[in-house]
Amino acid sequence: MAVFVKGVIFEGVDTSDPGCWRLDAYRARGGYQSLQQIVQSNKPQEEVIAEVKNSGLRGRGGAGFPSGLKWSFMPRSFPGDKYVVCNTDEGEPGTFKDRDIMRYNPHALIEGMIIAAYAMGTKVGYNYIHGEIFAEYLQFEEALAEARAAGLLGQNILGSDFSFELYAHHGYGAYICGEETALLESIEGKKGQPRFKPPFPASFGLYGKPTTINNTETFASVPFILRDGAQKFLDLGKPNNGGTKLFSISGHVNRPGNYEIPLGTPFATLLEMAGGMKDGKKLKAVIPGGSSAPVLPADVMMDLTMDYDAIAKAGSMLGSGAVIVMNQDVCMVRALERLAYFYHEESCGQCTPCREGTGWLYRIVHRIEHGEGRPEDLDLLTSVGNNMAGRTICALADAAVFPVRSFTKHFKKEFEYHIEHKKCMVEHQWC
Amino acid sequence: MLSAESRALIDIEVAKYPADQKRSAVMSALRIAQQEKGWLATETIETVADYLGIPPVVAYEIATFYNMYNLRPVGKYKLTICTNLPCALQGGVNAAEYLERKLGIKLGETTPDGKFTLLEGECMGACGDAPVMLVNNHKMCSRMTPEAIDQKLAEFE
Repeated sequence: MAVFVKGVIFEGVDTSDPGCWRLDAYRARGGYQSLQQIVQSNKPQEEVIAEVKNSGLRGRGGAGFPSGLKWSFMPRSFPGDKYVVCNTDEGEPGTFKDRDIMRYNPHALIEGMIIAAYAMGTKVGYNYIHGEIFAEYLQFEEALAEARAAGLLGQNILGSDFSFELYAHHGYGAYICGEETALLESIEGKKGQPRFKPPFPASFGLYGKPTTINNTETFASVPFILRDGAQKFLDLGKPNNGGTKLFSISGHVNRPGNYEIPLGTPFATLLEMAGGMKDGKKLKAVIPGGSSAPVLPADVMMDLTMDYDAIAKAGSMLGSGAVIVMNQDVCMVRALERLAYFYHEESCGQCTPCREGTGWLYRIVHRIEHGEGRPEDLDLLTSVGNNMAGRTICALADAAVFPVRSFTKHFKKEFEYHIEHKKCMVEHQWC
Repeated sequence: MLSAESRALIDIEVAKYPADQKRSAVMSALRIAQQEKGWLATETIETVADYLGIPPVVAYEIATFYNMYNLRPVGKYKLTICTNLPCALQGGVNAAEYLERKLGIKLGETTPDGKFTLLEGECMGACGDAPVMLVNNHKMCSRMTPEAIDQKLAEFE
């Protein structure tokens, strides 16, 4: 289910219409007007980038890096090949927004990528699509074919000197490929193992050429910004947190789904939109930004607004906007055990602290959950975590450590109870 | 040998990348080969590598790194059920246990008649539709309550 309240990406999209993703439907919503205006007026590249900068758009994939600034890192006058790449490898537990963009509004992404290519002077782009969403991959290929047939992709776009070709690359099951340099390795036909940085992709990216990588939602926000103006986008959110954001709500709510709302909306409002707590049960904890973001207790969440700065101040992160809601019946040890298993399973194995550390974290939490915890285990978790975070090539190790630290910090009593009494403090029920 | 149809599909993938980067098509080529053969035997992986003109070990490391490739035969229907946290909170673990009981096998096993393989999956990026189940890698099924599972299993010949 997808619910779209008000916004940038899903404004006017009738998701109940099976044809809402097609080119004609997108055009009827004002689609490709931005591109047309840019190309026909020969808008200077710097102006396009300035517009994106002024909009306050920040990377929607998780890191929240200012998108316009990222675009400005690309050497525009570089004579050789350059690439623009979209990260639709959405596998962060709790996140399912990019899939809905692909299902209902793929041309917004395509137009955003074409504009990005124009601004950075690139001729070829790739969209890396999560392995598990094959139907969306096939539909995206169709959307690309529509765009090519309409002269929106390919040689001399809309009769101008500007040429750009865009292709879809289908993943096949590896969470790590959501890390941008692992994703580039994967497009090159290699194992998805992240690269050491620097050099950053803007100077050494796909096939060793300058490359810019953005998330699906980021690109899909671009046509609106260029058409309606940076200020209008900025005004939708709050300062330094421009625009609307897609929040994917899962867990114990009555209406799990995607909600596109202005950044800065109170969490309580979002929870209400999602139908409130399922079966009227009490809210216990929320992971506000995907499984890698630190968990927050109910009372902290209920006072929070949903934007990058407020959530960071509360000690977590907005991340990908994946909000995982847990009620009073969840044993936090059990919940953490499942997440720890995930990171152990998905570590690419390249860096020793992550490859070994994720296994240690999982095994320790597993034995606590199964009544075999030892009094020293909480200290051991801290120690293992300290030997992982910040000591690896990419952030997967940190992502594995954040949940461990936050669960054991905010729900320490449950872990201690488990170790002492060999059982859950709450009568655990998944749902 | 791969069928002419598979080779034609691989050619479409190869054309997406620079002429000197045929290796980029290896993921798709393995997927296409798996669709044809059901699983990736070592000889199939070598055939794909030969077709792309890359060393067999390159194709082999891809096949072993990414988890949707079948490195041994699977049942006619490979069911991958997500039990990750968001799905678990919406019935994913219950769905996996129900499938185990119903099919009489554990996660990771195949029914003796070779009809079903049951696997535990990681996040498929569709948590709003939980519990989520993937059939043969490419067909996603949403809201897999016991009733929905019964209905789905009845559809499979």
